[in-house]
Parts: sequence; structure tokens; C-alpha cells
Amino acid sequence: MKTRRILRTPLGIAATTLMALVLLTAIFAPILWGDAAEVVDTDDLLAGPSPEHPIGTDNLGRDLLLRVLVATRLSVFLAIAATVIAVVAGLILGVLPLLLGRAGKPATWLVGIAVAFPGLLLALFFAVIFGSGWQGAVLAVGFAGAPSFARLCQTLVSAVAARDFVAAARVGGVGRLRVLTRHILPNIGEPLIVNATIGAGGALLAFAGLSFLGLGVQPPEYDWGRLMMDGLAGIYINPLAALAPGIAVVIAGLAFNLVGEAAARSLGIEVGAGPVRRLVRRMPQPSASPAIDASEPEHADTVLDVQNLRVSFPGPDGEITPVRGVNLRIRRGEAVGIVGESGSGKSLTALSIAQLVEHPGEVEADGLRFLGEDLLHGDEASHRKLLGTSLAMVFQDPMTSFNPTKRMGSQLAEVASQHGDSSKRDALARAVERLGAVRITDPERRARQYPHEFSGGMRQRAMIGMGLMAAPQLIIADEPTTALDVTVQQQVLNLLESIRRRDDVALLLISHDVSVVAEVCDRVLVMYAGRIVEELPADRLQEAAHPYTRALLAAVPDMQTDLNRPLATVPGRPIDPAQLPHGCAYAARCPLADAHCRTADPELTPVRDDFRAACWHAGEPLPNLAADAAADPFETAEQVEADQVGAEQAGAEQFGAAESIDVVVEVQS
Amino acid sequence: MTAAATAPAESVRSANRPQSRWLGFTLRRGGRLLASLWVLITASFLMIHLIPGDPIRAAMGPTASAEIVESRREALGLNDPLLLQYWNYLQGLFTGDLGTSIGSQLPVIDTIAQRLPATASLAVLAFLVAILIAIPLGVAVAVATRRDRGRNLELGFTGSSVLMSSIPDFLLGVAGVWIFGVTLGWLPVAGRSGPESYIMPVLALSIGPAAVLARIVRVEMLGVLESDFVRTARAKRLPAWRIYLNHALPNAVTASLTLRGLLLSALVAGTVLVENVFAWPGLGSTIVQAIQTKDYPLVQGIVLVYGLGVLIINTVVDAILVTLDPRTTVAED
Repeated sequence: MKTRRILRTPLGIAATTLMALVLLTAIFAPILWGDAAEVVDTDDLLAGPSPEHPIGTDNLGRDLLLRVLVATRLSVFLAIAATVIAVVAGLILGVLPLLLGRAGKPATWLVGIAVAFPGLLLALFFAVIFGSGWQGAVLAVGFAGAPSFARLCQTLVSAVAARDFVAAARVGGVGRLRVLTRHILPNIGEPLIVNATIGAGGALLAFAGLSFLGLGVQPPEYDWGRLMMDGLAGIYINPLAALAPGIAVVIAGLAFNLVGEAAARSLGIEVGAGPVRRLVRRMPQPSASPAIDASEPEHADTVLDVQNLRVSFPGPDGEITPVRGVNLRIRRGEAVGIVGESGSGKSLTALSIAQLVEHPGEVEADGLRFLGEDLLHGDEASHRKLLGTSLAMVFQDPMTSFNPTKRMGSQLAEVASQHGDSSKRDALARAVERLGAVRITDPERRARQYPHEFSGGMRQRAMIGMGLMAAPQLIIADEPTTALDVTVQQQVLNLLESIRRRDDVALLLISHDVSVVAEVCDRVLVMYAGRIVEELPADRLQEAAHPYTRALLAAVPDMQTDLNRPLATVPGRPIDPAQLPHGCAYAARCPLADAHCRTADPELTPVRDDFRAACWHAGEPLPNLAADAAADPFETAEQVEADQVGAEQAGAEQFGAAESIDVVVEVQS
Repeated sequence: MTAAATAPAESVRSANRPQSRWLGFTLRRGGRLLASLWVLITASFLMIHLIPGDPIRAAMGPTASAEIVESRREALGLNDPLLLQYWNYLQGLFTGDLGTSIGSQLPVIDTIAQRLPATASLAVLAFLVAILIAIPLGVAVAVATRRDRGRNLELGFTGSSVLMSSIPDFLLGVAGVWIFGVTLGWLPVAGRSGPESYIMPVLALSIGPAAVLARIVRVEMLGVLESDFVRTARAKRLPAWRIYLNHALPNAVTASLTLRGLLLSALVAGTVLVENVFAWPGLGSTIVQAIQTKDYPLVQGIVLVYGLGVLIINTVVDAILVTLDPRTTVAED
């Protein structure tokens, strides 16, 4: 079955064909032409190409083409033999630490040292010991390859040995040798064979090298390396004599390498970097919802105005649109929160507003104005300057959001020296001052340190300080506290709050955590499946009309929550943005849903004064909320799985998997 | 309040970090270097003793009389107890005495001193050329093919780099001799004369590693370009070239630096083959002759020099790694 999987890829087909060709030649060439390749023709010594001898003859007038073909068997055989020696020796060295425990340490140590020396050097060393001739060379190439296989075995063995079933077997009193043969070897077989195949290609080249140096196969026997050596002497007369065996070496080496690579890919042993593609079904085209705010006049103090924002990505079966028609307006000094489960498109909304969505993501909108400037059209350089000075971003994970190889001070200073006119020195002074402003003690010294010397909370404060290098009008904080300890979360929220109060900076806070948003924001937007489904004042969340918002709120435990019962989650799994239904996206999970909900998609409409909801049943009482809320524990696991799917597709919602369980964990601790 | 409470603990923990980083590195790396050195010296000493049969008889041929073989054994000290020989060998090393070549009767150290510059200059040049080809190429292809762009470029790049890296350096050398030496007559076919004699050996040595390295740099660069801190740099609205070169490249390079060390030491060994293609008067052609004529003291000496070169390269690479990437504390391996 696995072999068939290899054969299905173009690489696999090419590799297998080439390999078959090499092996067939190795088997049949000596039978067919073995004698003909020995025929001496004293009339035709060292001749160039001719009709009888397509690539010429050697110094005894023997046909070189036949000799190259016949040499396939010895060359391939020797390479395989050397690889077998390397793998066996490597395996023995590699499992010693497991078999002998502490007594096996010297083996690990010696392998660690030997592996640093290049194989050819080791091969020369062993060639001296074992003497020239193919037997000695096989041992030399084999032993030279042993350290790297030993290292590979050690890594594989210790990875498998750390797994639960091995630990269980050992606790259960199973002997070391038995653990090795029954549990470990079967599990490392596949990667070992794949690497051995690639290793055989290397052995082939090493062998050709040794023979070429005259230290491998000795006359009257001949392999490709030996033929090359003989051919080099006559390169003025007949270059093909040296090149043809060289080309044979390359072809055979490629065959081994490609088969190994193809096998590795189809077995998933070492998958190369590349975007993970998934099968996504085509979704119904998003009906562009009318811009509900369009009629309202734009206030002078509007910082951000977004009309019908859409973000789409190409999928194998057509576009997927994780954000479909978001309207948003933020005034000076206002704090707006966007909540929703992961995959709801909230982070992508933030990134697209900040113009940080990259190819192949596509951002469209009927309007996207920041401080009155149209970000969709116009001069990119002036946008760059505007965004660089007036928009500050705070990302979710402070551990990974700083460049690990640059000092903190210069990472902050960069903003000022890029967009302002300040000199390097002034920019750095400003960076130190800003670090102090975000309550980092001893900012002078801290500015000279690297990110890894900062704690998580300090880094997030430094990130905010970086946003304050210029004079921001809007801070977009995408899950700014999710990666932090509960105690540190509050510090960061307080800091954001004090900046907002002092400088009248607007804040767009993205979070999955309703309680965080309720604490910091004036207004809350609830997102589901790429749309805003409800908009309401943060201090009146309990009056929410949309069943989804109410389910989110019910999932937040409070002091009255009975911790002996499973914590509540929003029932059902978040929707896959590639598989949107025709009606309301929440219908499948909604206790109020009826036939109408499944066919018609509701728009965001006013419910009462400051409330807007996209729901046909907004505000209706929920049946049996308590029973639904106490979802069975398996739901959470399912949801996490679905979250990962959503996160992969949206391409921007990182660490999404952790989010939905976070709600539970945070409150428990 | 909480900020003030946590700050002292943090500052204590990170006090004097740079110094302790280098101290820790020096101690650990120095320890490993010494251990490797000991293994290398012992291996080169034991080499002659591990040879099955009588190496001197094998070296002098079946026609040499027993007395001559015996006197040669005596001269090489092979009749002493093994530990005494080991002691003498170590003593010799410290005084720069690597023994006398059986073939030329010259001190081994003199031959090495005479041949080393040709090999070292070849290896260093080849390495520089490989780096100068690989890094710009890898970065450019990464940028042009990131996020599903430039599918054809990616295919062509991967295909040609796989092909280039699977052609052995000595075959490249032979092909070079034929094309540029024999057919076109542009470059010298063999020997070390002027600067132009370097071109072919250096290219033969560097093209394979350059192809491998460019592929690694591209993959690392693609990974780094997706990282959060690059997104931060983009959020700072830095110009693209600054993001690529100033933020992404240093991280991509440190990730591949260890591999670069391996390539460089492989390149050192590669000189042996390439020198033999071009009749280059370096250590590589000398050691092959010495092995063929069973001139064991000379072989031992040159093996030691190659091994030492590899150890120095690995240590230097680790030191660069610690300088470039402050997080590195040199993992034990």
C-alpha cells in the first residue's frame, strides 16, 4: 500500500523508473556483455568514438560503453554492501545507550565526535587500515558512514523510547533487549530504511571517489570510479572515457536519492516546508451585506471607518472567504472589542485593517479609511508612513513577536528612525524612554538586552512601548493577553487602559475572552463565521439578543459556577469558513433555529437603542439553556480539532487551537 | 504594583548574562574540542597499529630482506611497548615532530608546511564562493517563491539544485578540464600557477555545496518569513529589503550555520579528490600518493592536519553561532 503511495507522485514514478533501469543494468549487463567488455583489440587502442565503439576504447582497445554498463553491477553492489555495513554498525552503536544504560554513554560520546568529521576523511582513514582493493574499500566506506547512521539511530531510538507504550512496557518489567526488538526496532525501521536508501547514493559517490583516487577497486576488476581514473589520463584524446562513467555515477546516485526522497515524502518522514493544502468544498458566494453605516455622516473624530470588509483566500475548490462583510467605525479614544471563537475571522479582520494580510489573501472593502485616508487607494509610501506612525499593533504571542537576534532597544528605535527624522542615537534614547513609560524598570539596561532576557509580560509591555514610539491614534491588540499568565494579563490590560485615557487613543481589542473585552471596552462586536452577528454596549452584555452571544456569555464561569460539573462550552463546533450554509451560519448550533433560519441569512439590524443583531429570533427566550450549557466533555476535544482546521485555513488565526480551552483553563487557575 | 514586585527577581536572573554566556560556551565547547582532539590524535596514532598483518613488510614489498624490515621497524619505534610508543607520539606532537617520511626521508612537518597553503587557499576560496552564491540565491528564490508564488521558478530551482548537488565534485572537475581546459583552452588543465589556475578547482569544489546551501537558505528563509517577528517588522512598516535582509536573514542564517560547518568540513575533504583531478600540489594529492606507497608517517601527519582543520572549523562555526544568536548556549550533542 505504501509502495503504491510512492508510485502515485511524479517524483515517485521518475525515481522508481530510474532505479529499475539501474538495477536491471546491474543484473543483466555483466551476463549480456561481460565477455565482450573484455575483448582486447590491439588495433584500436585509446580510440575516440566510432560506429563500433560509441564512446571509444581504453588502452587495451576494450569497448568503453560496454565496460561502463558492465561496471554497473560492481559499483551498485559495492555501494549497497557498504551501506549495509554502515547501517548495521550504526544500529549497534545507536542502540548501545538503550541496552547498556549508563555504560553505553561512551558510544554516544564517540559518535558525537566522529560525526563531526566528513565521511570522505573517515573513508581515507579506514582505507589506510583496510588496504586498497574492493574489500578494503567496502569496509572503509561502510565504517565511514557508520557515525551518521549511529546518530540517526540514537535520535530515533530515544524518540520512540520516550513514548508511553515503551515506558509502560519497561515499567511492566519487560527486559531491555525485548523492548528493543519488540517495541523500538519495528518503529524505527521505516525512517532507517529511507535514510539508508539515500545513504546508498552517498556510498556510491564515495566509492567512485575512492576508486578514482586508486584506493578502491583494483585492476583487473573495474567500477565507475576506476574507469574515470583511467579515462582522466586520456582526456585530451577522448574526454568521453572519463565523462561517461561519471554520468553513470550521477544517474545511479540520483536514482537512490530520489527513491529515498520519494519514500520519505509519501511516508511523511521528513516533509519539506510548504503550505498545507486541504480539500475545501466550494462555498456559496457571500451576499455582500449593505453598508449599514453608510448613510450616517462621518464624524471628524472618526479614527477608523471600515465598510463591507471582505478577506478571501484561494482554496483548491474555489475561494474561501473567512471575513465576509464587516462594518466597523471607531471614534477617537473609543475602545471596541471583537469577540468570537477561533475561526470566526476576528484576527483576520484586525490584520486586514492593518494592511498586513499577505498573498494569497485578498482584502476587499467598500471603504477602508484610517484617519480620513483611504487605505485602499492612493500612494503606498504615504500610507506606509501614516500606518507606521499612527497605528500600533500588539500581537498575541510576545514570545515570538520580537526578533530574537536583535536587541530590544534597536527593535523599538527602528520605528522612529524609519518614519521620523531622528538620528539613530535620538531614536534609541526615545526607545529607552518609551520602555520606561511602559513601566519597565532600568530601561537603559533593558534596551541593550535581547528578547529572550525579558519575561512574557515585559515583552508584551515592550511591544506596547514599540507602538508608542510615534504618536498612535489607534492600537490594534490581537489577543494581547492570551499567551500571558493571569496575573500578568491584568498589568497589560491596565497599561492599555491608561494609555487610552491619557492620550485619547482608540483601541481595537480582539479576544476570545468575553470577560476581558467587557472589562476594557466600551462597545463589543461579536463575530461568527466572518460576520458581525451582534453589536452591543460592553456594560450591558447580559442583555444580549443573539443566541450565540448568549451562549458565549453562558460559557464564562463566575463565582457561582459549580466547579464539580463540567465547565460550559458553546455547544457544537465552529463553522468551517469553506462550508458555509445558505442560511444563518449559526443555525446548526442554535437552539432557536427553524426552517427559515436555514434558508435565509439574517442581516445586522437594530434591536433597540444601542443594540444590533443579525438574528431572526433576536431576544427570544432560549429553551433549556442550562441543559445545553453543560455540554459533554468530548465536545471540547471536538471543538479544538475544529479550531485547528479553522486556524489552518484562515492562515492568520494562530494558536487558535488553544483558545477554546483557554476559557476554561484561565478561570480555573 | 505587580510590575515592581517581579522586576527585582528578573534583574537578578539576567544579571551578567553576556559574560556567563561566553564563559559557559568556552568551558563546554573547549571541553568538547579537547575530547575531539584526543580522539583524533589517538586514532591517527592507532592507525598504523590497526592495519592487519605487518604494515612495514607490506610497505617494503615481499622482496625486502627481513633485516631491512626489522631495522625499519626499529627506526619507527614499532618494537617498543604500545604505551611507550603512544607517549613518544604525544611528545613528538608537542615538539612539532610528526616523524619522518619513509619515501622522501624528509620530516613530515616540512612536507605539510610546504603543501598546506595550496590546500587551505583552495578550501577557503571555495567556501567563500559557495557562500556568495548560495545566500543571495537562496534569499532571492525564497522571496520570489514564498506563499505559493513563482511555482515554475521553485520547480526549476529545486530541480537544478538537486541535480547540481548530486554531481560529485571530481566529475565537475573532469568536465571542467574537458570544456575549459581541453576544448576551449581558456584555463590551465592542471597545476597551481596563477590566479586563473584557481578558477576551475574552486568552482568544482563550490558548486555542489552552493546548491545544497542555497536550498537550505531558501527553506530557512521561507520559515523565518512566516514567523511572528517578521509580521511585527511588517507592522512597523519597514521597507521590504529591510525586512528581508535585516530581520529575516540573520535568523535564517543562524539556523543553517551548523549545516554550513558540516559543508565546509566536507569541502575540506573534497579537496582530496579535486586536487587529484587537477594535479594540485596540496595535501590531497600528497596523502593519496602516501597511502599508495604506504608511507605511514606521512599519512598519519596529513590525517591529523585534516582532522584538526575540521575541528577548528566546527569550533569557529559554534563561536559565530553564539555571537549571532544570543539564545544559543551550544547544545550538547
